[in-house]
Amino acid sequence: MELTTVWFSLIAVLWIGYFVLEGFDFGVGMLLPLIGRTEDERRVLINTIGPVWDGNEVWLLVAGGATFAAFPEWYATLFSGFYLPLLLILVALIVRGLAFEYRHKRDDATWRARWDLAIIVGSAVPAVLWGVAFGNILRGVPIDSDLEYAGGFFNLLNPYALLGGATTLMLFLTHGAVFISLKTSGRVREHARDLATKLGVGAALVTVVFLGWTQLDTGTVPSALAFAAAAVALVLGLLAVLAGRDGWSFVGTFLAIGLGVAGLFLALFPDVMPTSLAGGTGLTTTNAAATAYTLKIMTVVAVLFTPLVLAYQAWTYWVFRRRISVDHIPAPLPTPFAP
Amino acid sequence: MDLDTLDIARWQFAITTVYHFMFVPITIGLSALVAGYETAWVRTRNRQWLRLTRFFGKLFLINFAIGVVTGIVQEFQFGMNWSDYSRFVGDVFGAPLAIEGLLAFFLESTFLGLWIFGWDRLPARLHAACMWLVHLGTLFSAYFILAANSFMQNPVGYRYDPESGRAEMTDFAAVMFNKVQLVTFPHTVLAAYMTGAAFVVGVAFWQLVRKARDEEDRSMYRSAVRSAAMVVLVAGIGVTVSGDFQGKVMTEVQPMKMAAAEALYETEQPADFSVFTVGSLDGSEERFAIKVPRLLSFLATGDAGGEVVGIDDLREQYAEEYGSDPGAAYYSPGDYTPVIPLTYWTFRLMMGLGMAAAAVAVWVLWATRRGRTPRGRWLLASVLALPFLPLFANSFGWIFTEMGRQPWAVFGLMTTQNAVSPSVSPTEALISLVVLTLLYGVLAVVEVKLLLGYARHGADKVDDDDLPPERPDHDPDRPLAFAY
Ligand code: HDD
Ligand code: HEM
Ligand code: HEM
Repeated sequence: MELTTVWFSLIAVLWIGYFVLEGFDFGVGMLLPLIGRTEDERRVLINTIGPVWDGNEVWLLVAGGATFAAFPEWYATLFSGFYLPLLLILVALIVRGLAFEYRHKRDDATWRARWDLAIIVGSAVPAVLWGVAFGNILRGVPIDSDLEYAGGFFNLLNPYALLGGATTLMLFLTHGAVFISLKTSGRVREHARDLATKLGVGAALVTVVFLGWTQLDTGTVPSALAFAAAAVALVLGLLAVLAGRDGWSFVGTFLAIGLGVAGLFLALFPDVMPTSLAGGTGLTTTNAAATAYTLKIMTVVAVLFTPLVLAYQAWTYWVFRRRISVDHIPAPLPTPFAP
Repeated sequence: MDLDTLDIARWQFAITTVYHFMFVPITIGLSALVAGYETAWVRTRNRQWLRLTRFFGKLFLINFAIGVVTGIVQEFQFGMNWSDYSRFVGDVFGAPLAIEGLLAFFLESTFLGLWIFGWDRLPARLHAACMWLVHLGTLFSAYFILAANSFMQNPVGYRYDPESGRAEMTDFAAVMFNKVQLVTFPHTVLAAYMTGAAFVVGVAFWQLVRKARDEEDRSMYRSAVRSAAMVVLVAGIGVTVSGDFQGKVMTEVQPMKMAAAEALYETEQPADFSVFTVGSLDGSEERFAIKVPRLLSFLATGDAGGEVVGIDDLREQYAEEYGSDPGAAYYSPGDYTPVIPLTYWTFRLMMGLGMAAAAVAVWVLWATRRGRTPRGRWLLASVLALPFLPLFANSFGWIFTEMGRQPWAVFGLMTTQNAVSPSVSPTEALISLVVLTLLYGVLAVVEVKLLLGYARHGADKVDDDDLPPERPDHDPDRPLAFAY
């Protein structure tokens, strides 16, 4: 296999990792007001992802860094082109990241309500916008012959891409609900399971439409297989929810998102950012790539360190495998700020 | 290309990066101290170390959170505002950035999660090891990002391919062990230890003289003050020594920067070092100056009688070397002089504030010798200022480093002007600048209030039932030891 193909696949893997992992912590964040009725319930939700959300987010940083290294032109065109949506995502990730750490630092209901809002909005905005961004990448955006983005902000808001946003939103909500039922017990869990079925049906509908549309537009045989497998995984996952099998339902939504994203990358290949402009030049794995030398170095580094990272991340999930409920939530720590 | 976008992008880069680097050195330094305190607790079982671990651990987390979220902006900013730069150097520059993510950020974030929530899940030694791994992650992070920056200061291990119009990596080892990197990394990391430790001295000293209620508290804070002041002092000596090496390497690779640091217009042999100058910095007039004879020659060349080339000569030299080739896409002629007053003063402030910090550390060590608790007002004021001295020295050092490199983004290869994104409109850039600056401003207020609140609160007492279990606790009904 060509090194450029290897790196296209590795970047796909990084995005898959990002979406299957941060997908559920976005979901938990968005479900905060729906499932967390009381303060203790909200704390249960936040603590299910507390130890892991930052590690999940690093998948995004590495996907960004790897794109910079392996396909500099792609990195340059994508992030300078999707400028304002990316800015919105960054702002969302900033306030959300701080919220987890700062929310409990003052014993004050207004303070907490503000950070709750930061968690909810900060999870919802990227959940939608990443879908919109990927929709646009697949559909093609105006890129001129200098490889520069030549469209504006509103080019990015087309029905197909917006449907992509709805898809990631619904999938992450479902994934989050399933994760909560896996990680909690008591009323929170009941509530999450209930929501998971309802959200799951909606998610299945938009997902099928979005993936079908993608398949018709840019699909290939491999992408069709991946999409079909994603749909099957999602349906099986939802059946597992009904059967009360939390572990299997999580495997289901996990695979559905992973296979769906894999399918998107298969449909994209060998382009990385096709152009919609007559006379423009689209970016491909060839014309956007770094040199073979750089790719080789990066391959060695990836082969050496990725297994190590996967091992210790998996170990973290093992250490914090226990289900939690409101009974496990300790009294809030005393804070130096009067309520 | 639009000039407006350039100016805005530069302001944004300067603001966001300097801001990010307010939190980074504290993270690097404080993670080492917290890990040290926890190790002392595990080894000695003396509760004061556990209290200090928890106390400074809390302050560490408040700081770390902002360091992380502002880092995310840094990661994407190159693509957003500096797309032509990214295209030009991505082949070389992207690799360290990607490796940083894989090696450093995963390590930091995962093991910090384990540390925060793992008090009752991990054996005590392993728990302490988690903080050491976080610290190791911060060192990796610093290494790789500084390697990337060093390439911009002194491009090595690449070739310029006229066909693709970009710099392409030919020697990864040369990029990783760039001679600028080999002096920058120790200097920056030692400066970070100084900063983190100065923070501890400031907080603990204030607790010691103002708040400590009993002998137990006093002895605990005194341990913190003295251990951290030692770190400030030792790291301060290291920073000075490594800074000296850095000056020599810089004189070699970017003579203009070091001449600008001294506002030295005419070539001199031997050259004096001016500690302080009032006059016009365009070189026309000097009204008042304090000078150390021959020091500049020594700093720049290692020889007290060495020749230091001045700005005027260098400008001619640069114009000959680079200005005659405006044809290639990425070269542009122009004025090769950075903003002199800025380089002159930032260089002095960096050194001055750093040395002042080391001096305060000595004073503190002296005043707290053999169990003393000093009460002097001047000492207290100086120690309260202490955390800010190395912090601002860091900012000035970076402003000097980066502004002194101008007009180059990549020295000798690409000007900053050519680096900016052509497709980003000034409006978009301005929105981004305003949004990020306002957001960062608000966050600064929130963070400072939290830090002050928790710092004033002091270290909580630890009762017997607050002790972390010796071995992991698997009772499924036990409440979490720590929860958000
Ligand atoms: C506590 C902070 C601190 C202190 C006390 C010093 N520095 Fe520094 N210095 C930095 C923090 C710093 C820094 C912020 O970390 C920089 C910016 C880039 C870098 O490599 O380190 C820096 C850069 C920097 C550079 C520019 C190198 C370049 O452009 O790549 C030189 C020549 C020196 N330093 C020299 C010194 C000397 C001779 C010092 C001693 C008296 C000194 N520094 C004290
Ligand atoms: C964290 C410490 C750093 C600080 C505080 C810092 C600060 C600055 C400042 C003040 C400028 C000048 C802005 C101007 O000329 O208008 C600048 C320029 C620049 N720096 Fe750094 N920098 C840091 C590290 C880095 C690193 C590690 C990189 C690369 C990996 C980098 C890349 C750049 C680039 C691309 C520019 C050119 C854009 C510009 O001129 O604004 N910087 N930086
Ligand atoms: C402009 C260049 C820079 C980029 C692109 C950058 C990128 C980042 C990113 C993405 C993070 C967040 C990681 C996470 O989520 O865990 C981060 C944090 C960090 N960065 Fe930077 N950074 C830059 C400058 C620097 C410099 C110059 C240093 C050190 C010398 C540094 C050291 C750190 C450290 C130690 C952390 C982790 C601790 C903390 O967040 O406070 N960074 N950086």
